[in-house]
Amino acid sequence: MKRHLNTLFVTLEGSYLRKDGAAVEIRHEGETKLRVPLHNLEGIACFGWDIGASAALLAACAEAGVALSFHTPHGKFLAATRGFTSGNIHLRREQYRRADDEPSSVAIAANMLAAKLANSRQVIMRAARDHGGKSPERAAALGQAADLIAVRIGLLGRATTLDSLRGIEGDAASIYFAAFPHLLVNHDPAVGISGRSRRPPLDPVNALLSFLYTLLMHDCRGALESCGLDPQCGFLHRDRPGRPSLALDLMEEFRAFLADRVALTLINRQQITSSDFHTGESGAVLLKEDSRKQVLVAWQERKQDEISHPFLDERVTVGMLPHLQARLLARHLRGDLDAYPAFLAK
Amino acid sequence: MYPEDQLIPISALQHWLYCPRQCALIHVERVWVENRFTAEGRVMHARAHDGPDESRQGVRITRGLPVRSLRLGLSGECDVVEFHAGGRILPVEYKRGKPKAHRADEVQLCAQALCLEEMRGATISGGCLYYGERRRRTEIAFDEELRELAATTAAAVHGCFADGITPSAEYEARRCDACSLLDLCQPRSLRFRRGAAAWFNQRLRTSLSEEP
Ligand code: SF4
Repeated sequence: MKRHLNTLFVTLEGSYLRKDGAAVEIRHEGETKLRVPLHNLEGIACFGWDIGASAALLAACAEAGVALSFHTPHGKFLAATRGFTSGNIHLRREQYRRADDEPSSVAIAANMLAAKLANSRQVIMRAARDHGGKSPERAAALGQAADLIAVRIGLLGRATTLDSLRGIEGDAASIYFAAFPHLLVNHDPAVGISGRSRRPPLDPVNALLSFLYTLLMHDCRGALESCGLDPQCGFLHRDRPGRPSLALDLMEEFRAFLADRVALTLINRQQITSSDFHTGESGAVLLKEDSRKQVLVAWQERKQDEISHPFLDERVTVGMLPHLQARLLARHLRGDLDAYPAFLAK
Repeated sequence: MYPEDQLIPISALQHWLYCPRQCALIHVERVWVENRFTAEGRVMHARAHDGPDESRQGVRITRGLPVRSLRLGLSGECDVVEFHAGGRILPVEYKRGKPKAHRADEVQLCAQALCLEEMRGATISGGCLYYGERRRRTEIAFDEELRELAATTAAAVHGCFADGITPSAEYEARRCDACSLLDLCQPRSLRFRRGAAAWFNQRLRTSLSEEP
């Protein structure tokens, strides 16, 4: 198995990445900025319109299984490079067969969503424990949201179609995001959220979440690729050209535990304030260039945290979770596991 | 008779006898991690394969000889084959480490011989395993039992390749701790294999029972 290795994020416009022996070298305006051995990396993610890479590096990344991806400065996924499709054709065929079979898809998607909801409920209860004492109103709102979400988790287990799963999930998501303002404490009052908006984000919290979800998606996609699954063929998210549906499926169980918690920490410690955002003419809110770097640092730090993996019962870093879950999913598809044990945070 | 495009590598037999799951992970799923042991083995093989052919005292020594058997559906390379003046053919396989309890090395050598027999219409009565740690040869007789084992193993591996199903395996310290695929295979977690559904539901119930 790959060790938990870091993803290298390149945000400096005008950078050029080249192969230097067994390392990637980042050059900028004729100077070497950084050199990192490829075997220390699991991915290289470039954020910028003017970042290039040499063919020799692309080949070396494909060979070493390092996912090299390009994103807009705001983190939107543009393209990724890889070598000839490797991996197990039998595994992929089984993935397609199950995706074509609604009961099989429901079984997998229901666990992913149950974990998603349970993990967002954990975030809510954690906030209720930590900050509920100061405000009875907040404690009541959070407690109620936790109960409502618990009911939705129960419903998931009885759903027999993907559409009903999606309905329950959408319902739970609105409960969760309605409670989200109560998760913000000691924050810059100008940093707020009203419901979830994505295309485009209409407030700072949504802008921050969207950015973090992009990072998470990159990790999930790379994890699926690296264990031979097709990231485009999902169980919950159906096929749409260009959409990494399985990566979106896999993300569900990590959204609250990884991305939302990083966002809350940054906001509640005022490491991110309203000055980190700018609002466009249309009302779309975006994170500023420099602030993105700060978020990337926080994201990387979060991925270094160690936890005990609930199913494997082994110490792992948080950054390794998408890889481990992708592998467990492959196991289930291969018949080694009788269900997909989605990630349930403690 | 197997068509040429369905020949499987002789090395797969050895992997199968060590652990069927390992064989499927390497050859069917095509995951491969090199560790110290396999790296050393490779270096040693490179040495055995690379040398020039030589002749001395009526023995011609060939290295890296490609062989195949359509009957067993196998193809591979012999490290060293000695062709003796009297017509005796003697395959020699170089191994890191020492002789092992299971018969994987013997089967591999015998499978090479079966290929050679088929290609040359010859009979090969035995071969040698050279173990790096002992620095000496062990003679292996290709008796009926060993030939049979090589043939049934080849058939089993062909079956596995055909269904494309990776056998599951339980963790076994002696075998798994020395396995280069340990990290990928995670055999310990397979103890949950039948119980992932039960585990998930139990864990979900525990999570839900936590009060805000
Ligand atoms: S770790 Fe054990 S079960 Fe897994 S492939 Fe290796 S020997 Fe087989």
